[in-house]
Amino acid sequence: MIAELSHFALFVALIASCCQAILPLYGSLAARPPRAAWLMASADMFTVIAGVTVLFAFSGLVWSFISSDFSVALVTNHSHSAKPLIYKISGTWGNHEGSLLLWIVILVLFSMGLSLGRQQMHAVLKSRVLAVQGIVTTAFLAFSLFTSNPFTRLDPAPVDGRGLNPILQDIGLAMHPPMLYLGYVGLSMAFAFAVAALINGRVDKDWARVMRPWVSAAWCALTLGIALGSWWAYYELGWGGWWFWDPVENASLMPWLAATALLHSSLVVEKTGQLKSWTILLAILAFSLSLVGTFIVRSGLLTSVHSFASDPARGVFVLGILLVAIGIPLALFAWRGPQLVSPTQTQLISREAGLIANNFLLTAATLIVLIGTFYPLALEVATGARITVGPPYFDATFTPVMSVLVICMAIGPLLVWRSGIMPSARTTLTAACIGASLASLAALSLVNGLSAAAVAGLGLAGWLGISVIGDLLFRIKPFGPGARLQRLKLISGPVWGMWVAHFGMVIFLIGALGEGLFQTEVITRAKPGETIMLAGQEAKFTDVEARQGPNYQTETAVIDLFENGRQITTLYPEKRFYPAARQTTTEAAIRTRLSGDHYIVLGDGDAEKGYTLRLYHKPLVSFIWLGTIFMAFGGGIAILRRRPAIKTTVEPT
Amino acid sequence: MTGKSKRLAVFAVIAALLSGGGFLVLSALQENIVLFLTPSELTPEKMTAGQLRIGGLVEEGSVQIDGLQARFSITDSAAVVSVLFNGALPDLFREGQGIIAQGRFEDNIFRAENVLAKHDETYMPREVAESLKEQGVWKGDSSK
Repeated sequence: MIAELSHFALFVALIASCCQAILPLYGSLAARPPRAAWLMASADMFTVIAGVTVLFAFSGLVWSFISSDFSVALVTNHSHSAKPLIYKISGTWGNHEGSLLLWIVILVLFSMGLSLGRQQMHAVLKSRVLAVQGIVTTAFLAFSLFTSNPFTRLDPAPVDGRGLNPILQDIGLAMHPPMLYLGYVGLSMAFAFAVAALINGRVDKDWARVMRPWVSAAWCALTLGIALGSWWAYYELGWGGWWFWDPVENASLMPWLAATALLHSSLVVEKTGQLKSWTILLAILAFSLSLVGTFIVRSGLLTSVHSFASDPARGVFVLGILLVAIGIPLALFAWRGPQLVSPTQTQLISREAGLIANNFLLTAATLIVLIGTFYPLALEVATGARITVGPPYFDATFTPVMSVLVICMAIGPLLVWRSGIMPSARTTLTAACIGASLASLAALSLVNGLSAAAVAGLGLAGWLGISVIGDLLFRIKPFGPGARLQRLKLISGPVWGMWVAHFGMVIFLIGALGEGLFQTEVITRAKPGETIMLAGQEAKFTDVEARQGPNYQTETAVIDLFENGRQITTLYPEKRFYPAARQTTTEAAIRTRLSGDHYIVLGDGDAEKGYTLRLYHKPLVSFIWLGTIFMAFGGGIAILRRRPAIKTTVEPT
Repeated sequence: MTGKSKRLAVFAVIAALLSGGGFLVLSALQENIVLFLTPSELTPEKMTAGQLRIGGLVEEGSVQIDGLQARFSITDSAAVVSVLFNGALPDLFREGQGIIAQGRFEDNIFRAENVLAKHDETYMPREVAESLKEQGVWKGDSSK
């Protein structure tokens, strides 16, 4: 019954979102004043109806999973009664149909956030943004209902389900997709604002002011979503790495890069009114890339751990949505673009110019990832040759571009809007140079045989770190001790956000370089009783035990870790066998400290011949994720501590 | 500088950056692509092409493990390639399983640096599945 009600609710949502798409647009474009106002205001009502019904349907699906209702085909295929509750819930979105519904849930949550929120914005703009959100919602509801219905029944219902892929039975899956989707779908708001602006035929500072918090929110969620995915891959896959340049990772990185560019370009629109057309284009691009990220990869076009089973009808539908989502806005852009002229010329030494450089580099980085990800696909279509583009390609192209970006990140904030550079810039940058040299020298003296790239990388971290701190200190320097604190409070949220996020980049760099340059890896075959040396520590392989988990059996190695003859911990890497799915997974055992991780993976073997063991020491690896938390936190400060809006009385037409 | 010449200079810089960047990307792409082949697609020229990925099934009875060193053969039922691998084999490595080995040829033996087999028991690398279909020995369920 719940499944039928939920299915019905989705149909109601489809009708409501259709109305949400059409009526406000009709009202604002064609209807006469009294009716126009009424039609535009109806956007709010339809948004809420669509939102509530979608939420009802999603709760219905979650309930079917929790109650293990195997008469629902989706539950049978992706769940099992002997599974912990948390994984029953997260199993809801561990499959194509459910994850699509989650996608729509987040979409309607964003629409409702705009509709019910207290943000000050012009009624016409608001109704049009909601209408564009309505179009997107309609498209995806139709996609869900007509190609990927999550509520299909099975008759007769089987006794038990087929189980969720064991590798997905993890807290990582409970958090990573929702967070990532929050980011992907959040970019639909940027898209909706861009299309609404194109329909309006004007872009002004107020438009950018209203849009920016949504972009920041999406960006924060995307940052955390990618970081969670990377952390999950790190501890769950047991490959010992945190980023593999896998097509799906790339697909999430591209919208992130575009969103980062958008975050900076919309700042220019807000402050000076320049870069209007470019910002509109970026907003369309960012959302298109997140559509690519969510669906093209899932369709099985690109081989990856992430692809769900594919169905040609779905692929065609997604391709259709994508073509419309890119094509119509671009046509609108061709029509309206020439009207979006920027007021003044940009000075070469100005904050705007710095941000243009930022956008140039981020766009280049996006293109590099795009080419590396889709080149194999294009080549296979064109010539039939099957190739992979590996990490060395990205090391050779992406890394240099990002290094230049890091150099610019130190200089950009010291530039002044319109024209000029802060008087303190010379001192700050000198200090940053010294910081860079010190970081490089320290690395050279601590470790033998570092590559030039490694030394340069550490130098970059020092350069950026010192410049962020220097910038902060100089802003409060001319004031007395008490006044300095006062001054710190007066600095606006977005500026604090920038410092925190940029400093997050420093922390991230330290982690990435520490892990990449100083890690120790030992692969060996050992019998219980043997001792293995790892980066100055001794790992004593004591025993292998058989254990019983809630829905799996394990083979668990017991390994005592000694430092200077003193035992610091015992690690239990294991192999798990899931009878329901007849699959084996590997669980790495990790001892996490800020200074570095010990990471042990148990391979195959037996007591007679010994077991294959992989042991890693990964210095500073936690800084990678700590850095991303800082970045997202910076974004959060920028949203929450915004200054109140300056009243504008400009009427969009 | 007048507005026009400044704009020209900006365009020149952007053009230079773009062409430089394009060159960088293309040369990196050229150097770092890894060709995927099945054993029967191997020719003597391709064997010297540097990094390769070879995909197929682990031949029944071919696996010899000595400490960390594994010797086995990959087959697509039309041809066989001998592989030498030093390291930890993936969980689902076993005879008859679809795998991909990445590495290069030395003295007619494929020295793998990496062996991939995904965690899912029914998983088969897409390339392997396609080539097995071409060979007409496909046994599995085509929806997977």
